[in-house]
Amino acid sequence: MDTLLAMVEGFMYPNEVELQWSVLIVLYPYITGLVAGAFILASLERVFNVEAVKPTYRLALLTALAFLVVAPLPLQLHLGHPERSFQMYLTPKTDSAMAMFGFVYLWYLMAVLVLEIWLDYRRDIVLKARSSTGFVRGFYQVLALGSDNISPRSLEIDERLGRFITIVGIPSAFLLHGYVGFLFGSVKANPWWSTPLMPVVFLFSAIVSGIALVMLVYMVVSRLRGKPIDMRCLDTIARYLLYAFIIDFSLEMLDLIHRMYEADESFKSLDFMVKSRLFVSQILIQIIFGTLLPLGLLALTQVVRLTEMARKNIYAIAGVLTLIGIFAMRWNVVIGGQLFSKSFLGYTVYKMDFATREGMLPAIILMVAPFFILWGLIRILPPWGDDAPPSTVDTE
Amino acid sequence: MRELFKDKEHLVRMAGLFGVGLLVFVVLRGVLIPADFGDLGHYRASALDDNSSVELRFAGRAACELCHDDVAAERAKSAHRSIACEACHGALAVHADNPEAVFPERPEATPLCVACHEANVTKPAWFPTVIPDEHSEGEACDECHMPHAPGFEEVGSDG
Amino acid sequence: MTVNRRQFVLASGKYLVMSAAASRAVGYVLAGSPERAPGYSAHDHWWAMAIDIDLCIGCGGCVRACKEENDVPLEPFFFRTWVERYHVPEGDIEHPMVDSPNGGYDGFPERYREGDGSKNFFVPKLCNHCAHSPCVQVCPVGATFESPDGVVLVDKDYCLGCRYCVQACPYGCRFIDPRTHSVDKCSLCYHRITKGLTTACCEVCPTGARTLGDLKDPSDPIHEFLRTNMVQVLKPQMATGAKVYYADLDGSVR
Repeated sequence: MDTLLAMVEGFMYPNEVELQWSVLIVLYPYITGLVAGAFILASLERVFNVEAVKPTYRLALLTALAFLVVAPLPLQLHLGHPERSFQMYLTPKTDSAMAMFGFVYLWYLMAVLVLEIWLDYRRDIVLKARSSTGFVRGFYQVLALGSDNISPRSLEIDERLGRFITIVGIPSAFLLHGYVGFLFGSVKANPWWSTPLMPVVFLFSAIVSGIALVMLVYMVVSRLRGKPIDMRCLDTIARYLLYAFIIDFSLEMLDLIHRMYEADESFKSLDFMVKSRLFVSQILIQIIFGTLLPLGLLALTQVVRLTEMARKNIYAIAGVLTLIGIFAMRWNVVIGGQLFSKSFLGYTVYKMDFATREGMLPAIILMVAPFFILWGLIRILPPWGDDAPPSTVDTE
Repeated sequence: MRELFKDKEHLVRMAGLFGVGLLVFVVLRGVLIPADFGDLGHYRASALDDNSSVELRFAGRAACELCHDDVAAERAKSAHRSIACEACHGALAVHADNPEAVFPERPEATPLCVACHEANVTKPAWFPTVIPDEHSEGEACDECHMPHAPGFEEVGSDG
Repeated sequence: MTVNRRQFVLASGKYLVMSAAASRAVGYVLAGSPERAPGYSAHDHWWAMAIDIDLCIGCGGCVRACKEENDVPLEPFFFRTWVERYHVPEGDIEHPMVDSPNGGYDGFPERYREGDGSKNFFVPKLCNHCAHSPCVQVCPVGATFESPDGVVLVDKDYCLGCRYCVQACPYGCRFIDPRTHSVDKCSLCYHRITKGLTTACCEVCPTGARTLGDLKDPSDPIHEFLRTNMVQVLKPQMATGAKVYYADLDGSVR
């Protein structure tokens, strides 16, 4: 810990030297952002009837669910008293931004995602239950809540209700991630965080990261299954990614220009931080490699006629860069916001441990876990219709 | 009517599940919220008692002077009259509780004097400071200055 | 000097003729065990602190007393109160040089020279016990709160350790106690002030640079302090309703 003191530059308030929020709190907005983004992509198809992205509809929903299940874990792991977290549900303080997390999370998980997926998959679930035996049959019967009814009328009701939930779901997804942005944006003590743009920037970067994730998952899954990629779908998703990215980048630039032009009391301190301790993660990784490069690549596919193979490669590279860039953005917000002193007179460092509770290892595990959950979800609820059991729909 | 319901039955079951979940939540909340929460504000009222029942370490000047009234009288006119006993003698609530069982050691004077009176650019100009090595050439401070009454005119009056 | 039983009994006699408040305070001290303060009515007080910059000599006595009284971890990352040394090159209030070695616990070894045209002074810091505390606002469960007598307190047994309050405090007054994993901060020695004693830091301050005050008590000297001095709070632009008032606070202090 004394080495930490030696790395402090200038003056920090003594209690500020050690960082409070670790890499786990970087993961939290990153993961919820992926959830919100994936869901919004799925909603496009359903609410706005974009037929082209239909092949990714269910995949996007399952991706959102897989990540949403993991989303609270980094928070839980980071708490000094994880065993007390249920108090958030007992005595939430209404004027605390954080208190609402549990409720927003539960609402989004149960009332939106789980319900929408259930309604959409109900026919498949019932058919699976009918065509299987023993334990598997029982499992799907439980999932179907013991109902065997997939009459056209019931499915039509499901469809209408599902559409309604999607419509409710879009503002809910906005709420989920805009809320995460507000959590940071409302801390008036911290000028790096405190801006009303924060929720909006978080929201659009969430949409960007979610679209990129679903795009990549779709490409990887198609390759693993040995199925051809629907290029009309992929091109459409990439186009949405580009549009969302342009909005996101404009907002971030607006924030930056505003800060530079206003140059308030905190500006010199923050400016120095960005040019020194955050240079690699902010300027290089986030802005140049994580934003400008993928933006350029995606724009290229819009103006130049490229072969299918070239487009796929470009999308894959742009997607990966985007995910890295958005992660760097979360890092720079969360970690960057704690590297400077609130006295604006000094800087500290973040030393990431490896195999501790808040170290790199749990962070990696938490980041990999959603993919395993997604794999499991895909096994249980295959998102593609082509290998569904032979249709035995009773027409009554 | 029954036909109409049939195609919504699965939704009713799902709604039932949500209802049960909600009920469990409400009941658990009722059971688990601390009884005194919210009595005074959005917190456990007993947290005030928790905060006020911490053990005392510094007894406070009044407790010292209860017994040591002779020292109090001696210091009453000295330049050090406003300094509390425990500023130099350390936290002694244990001694105040039990004067015979716990007896403090008399602290060494010089380091205590230096802690305040060593010259330092940042100290306010009105405050008397010295460069200890130049001032006393290694002599202990209490060879000349009595801590309870440090002025020269009072030297020797500290019995 | 030794106090024998006879003297102690005599002293107890004096105890009877002390003022009611003082004797109550001493009563708690002599009781010997941690106790609540049942006779204390929180609604009759509104606590604040007055700090006179020109009286602070940077001895660090308050820092040491605070750590002892409140069992604060001794590592240099945990302080309920600390002292900062300011060195302001002439006229440059935007770029003061500030340090606080071990929070001032061991005093301040000289590092500046006389006559370089600079301005030098010490600034004791502690929780400002804000009336509109940003830390209280963000606590998700009500584990930190403003008491009826104007003290921002922590409920250690209810704290989640989420650290949002640490982020929200503009003054850097909060830390996570590595032993309890709950947040900790200045309690304004709530266990003392509710028993008629002053805080540990004020008790040991040799120059009276810091004084506890009760704004609801019209006879409290803090009223004169506020009336007769040019007074400022830290970071007034934060509008936190800070109740630690500084006399002669320089514009360079943040």
